[in-house]
Amino acid sequence: MATKAIVGEKVGMTQVWDEDNRVIPVTVLRVEPLRIVQIKTPERDGYSAVQVAVGRKDPKKLNKPDAGHLAKAGVEPGRRLVELRLDDVSSYQVGQEISAAVLAAGDVVDVTAVSKGKGFAGTMKRHNFSGQKASHGTHLVHRAPGSVGACATPARVFKGTRMAGRMGGQKVTTLNLRVVDSDADKNLLLVRGAVPGPRGGLVIIRDAVKRAGRATKVED
Amino acid sequence: MNSAIDIVDERSVRDDIPEFAPGDTVKVHVRVVEGNRQRVQVFQGAVIRRQGSGIRETFTVRKVSFGVGVERTFPLHTPIVAKIELVTRGDVRRAKLYYLRDRVGKAAKIKEKRD
Repeated sequence: MATKAIVGEKVGMTQVWDEDNRVIPVTVLRVEPLRIVQIKTPERDGYSAVQVAVGRKDPKKLNKPDAGHLAKAGVEPGRRLVELRLDDVSSYQVGQEISAAVLAAGDVVDVTAVSKGKGFAGTMKRHNFSGQKASHGTHLVHRAPGSVGACATPARVFKGTRMAGRMGGQKVTTLNLRVVDSDADKNLLLVRGAVPGPRGGLVIIRDAVKRAGRATKVED
Repeated sequence: MNSAIDIVDERSVRDDIPEFAPGDTVKVHVRVVEGNRQRVQVFQGAVIRRQGSGIRETFTVRKVSFGVGVERTFPLHTPIVAKIELVTRGDVRRAKLYYLRDRVGKAAKIKEKRD
């Protein structure tokens, strides 16, 4: 599991130059300081995590349960409460702030977000099917999936057969992205490459979990 | 545009780039790294295109070297360019001068702008 994590907002993509004058595509994430609302421990909750408030919200617009929960922690309300699963929560206290400073340039991170909704998508877009021929007599089936199974045996379509359906709008994690820059003063984090979700979407950034035997920090 | 992206772009934007347009002849001073030595190479030719906007803008310079047409595209704000020098202004009626690729010799000449 992750040892450190933060929550941000996807701003968009741009490019920067590295010290060898190569272009690096980066995603800009706005990471405003998070306020810890609750700490979940294995003894009490069965797992370890920190619950944080993200962004700002008018306290008058809170419902009673949320207002009570935040009042207990003595924390200003945010637009979302997010739980960050962490290995060790002993160094965190309720009310403490977490900023972009927990991550530094060169760190390898995983970024989780809800992907852009694509609506009801066909098999070509959804499962990368090849579709059918453009010409040579093909009629009205250019993007059709083709056969979904055999005939009298098994006389049914197997469960899990890939077909058209709702696509996107799911939780997606992109693994092993490199932090290009971390600016705690401006609350910005630059991550190499693309990040799931729309601009303005909430993203969770944690240090990479699938780097067994490899460096969790890269220099170049 | 988004302000946070502008903050990031601002760091890489160069303000020492002269105004130039397609048709102009420019000298692009390119930093070339050879092992651990660095020197400046000049690429002189006609600007045949400017493309994109903001930090992503690029321009393409075409020259004919030993009878072979050579085109090089540079990001406008790239740090490998030491300097861009404007040699002459060209009088052209198009934004993309791809027709130069099909022309050789005198036909490929760009009229100089007079004002």
